[in-house]
Amino acid sequence: MRRGQIILFNCLAMIAAGLFLWLAKDTFDGYKIQILNLIAINIILALSLNLIYGFTGLFSLGHAGFMAIGAYVCSILIMTPDQKDMLFILEPAYDWVQNAQAPFLAAVIAGGLAAALAGIIVGYPLLRLGDDYLGIATLGFAEIVRVLANNFPRLTNGALGFKGIPDYANLWWNFGWCLVTLYVIVRLLQSNTGNVLKAIRDDEAAARAMGVNVFRYKLLSFTVGAFFAGVGGALLASLLTTIDPKMFLFTLTFNILMIVVAGGLGSLSGTVMAGIGITVLLEWLRVVENPVDLFGFELPGVPGMRMVVFSLALIIIILFRREGLMGMRELSWQSVARVFSRGKA
Amino acid sequence: MADDIILATDDVTMRFGGLAAVTDFSIAVKRGSIAGLIGPNGAGKTTCFNMITGFYKPTEGRILYEGREVTGLAPHKVCKAGIARTFQNIRLFGNETVLENVMIGRHLRQKTGWLQAVLFTPAYLREDKAMRSHCLELLDAVGLADLADDKANSLAYGAQRRLEIARALATDPGFLLLDEPAAGMNPHESQDLMGFVRTIRDDFNLTILLIEHDMKVVMGICEHIWVLDYGVTIAQGNPEAIRRDPKVILAYLGEEALDHA
Repeated sequence: MRRGQIILFNCLAMIAAGLFLWLAKDTFDGYKIQILNLIAINIILALSLNLIYGFTGLFSLGHAGFMAIGAYVCSILIMTPDQKDMLFILEPAYDWVQNAQAPFLAAVIAGGLAAALAGIIVGYPLLRLGDDYLGIATLGFAEIVRVLANNFPRLTNGALGFKGIPDYANLWWNFGWCLVTLYVIVRLLQSNTGNVLKAIRDDEAAARAMGVNVFRYKLLSFTVGAFFAGVGGALLASLLTTIDPKMFLFTLTFNILMIVVAGGLGSLSGTVMAGIGITVLLEWLRVVENPVDLFGFELPGVPGMRMVVFSLALIIIILFRREGLMGMRELSWQSVARVFSRGKA
Repeated sequence: MADDIILATDDVTMRFGGLAAVTDFSIAVKRGSIAGLIGPNGAGKTTCFNMITGFYKPTEGRILYEGREVTGLAPHKVCKAGIARTFQNIRLFGNETVLENVMIGRHLRQKTGWLQAVLFTPAYLREDKAMRSHCLELLDAVGLADLADDKANSLAYGAQRRLEIARALATDPGFLLLDEPAAGMNPHESQDLMGFVRTIRDDFNLTILLIEHDMKVVMGICEHIWVLDYGVTIAQGNPEAIRRDPKVILAYLGEEALDHA
């Protein structure tokens, strides 16, 4: 298939998605729109984790930490000084926190950059560690971020967190950023740099022998991933309008990890599909947390039950279909075309 | 150092704890030659390769490439300096295509980065195109151009060996280390290999040092041979001298063989 055709199809797909969002904006109720927004943010987060874990082979569990950094930075920048004056009741905010203000776009980028900076700082010592150790260390990093957020009331308002964050993150912002994330990561992975990242994942020693500065490329992947995790966190803060340290527990990372594993480590299209599927399921499965009436027996609702269901689902995926939905394959226009031409023949 | 020596090691020693894997390893490889490093299993041949390519830092001694000291440099820096290698047990990037494998080797000489790829800058597109065609030429040189879009781990064994060499060639080396290139090949295939090694030496202006157990191959293409036994260089010389050297026969076949010789 020619390049022109692929660009044409991509444009058509974007227009179709845009039309869908435009229709959805006016016809869907608030709850459904909220789910659409969460889909976009979850895709951003899962794509960034897949870049780090699926394509570069770095087992990182620090996503909640990067999200928290993005969320706090962005929130501080988009709330008005008056709002912050009212909000910081434990201790008054630092002057620079009090007075900092930026438009939403700049605030989201700042959130991403802050997370990327954190990525460089923690990546520098941690990326020299191998597989499991890296997982444990990044998990520790996320926890450190959370504890710091709890204990710096002049910066983060401590355990109370922020309320009334301006809700700028509508469908257009979220899906716009989702598109930017997808585009940047696709281009990165299609370039030779992407080949090098996959080489590191496949055989680190051979990559080094081929002249790859393995550490530098790991840091690059980790930092780009952290940037988009920060962006996702920033959007999430503005979407939910309220954040506090408890929101950024390990379960948040776990949700993202689940999307990545279900979609396929090393498949971007798998991540997008799983992002949609799992976000919808997470909402739909709230049913299992309600009290049920079973043949006259009243079973009480168990809060958190859907997470049990999801953990089971993850175990089943790992046992029976380890490569996830797509494995390392990608859904491309070529593969779609092949399916159609086979149908004709 | 003489100008016609491309790689020299100077009393290089590698100790792992109390074990001396290689002791006082000194070689001087002539520019443009094909040299061999042989010895029984466990003699320390691959350890020597790992020291030259920066995977191990020698305990003592110096390694000079083109008169420049490369001792203890990180592997990627050694590769950038112009020394490329293949592995005893083939180490390809199995999930990537044949072409991508070669391109990964080429990335070292690439000037534009991923940011330019994201921004679609003309310089990137130009270089990417040139790089692809260069890598396809390399694949053509090793006879794998038809398989460019196949996954590397789907290739037959011999093709994987040749792909590994193509990948090493993509880094623009001046010096190529081949670790048992004929391993697992039948006599006919190793015959082809000998011609192939000579061809790439001539076409790419290479100097080649190879480890090999197949004596037909070693004696057939090497101009100079070093023999290791228990980490000690027991002999060196041209193939004819090595074949007759009593110490080499002793190391390979044992004392009785020498008595009968």
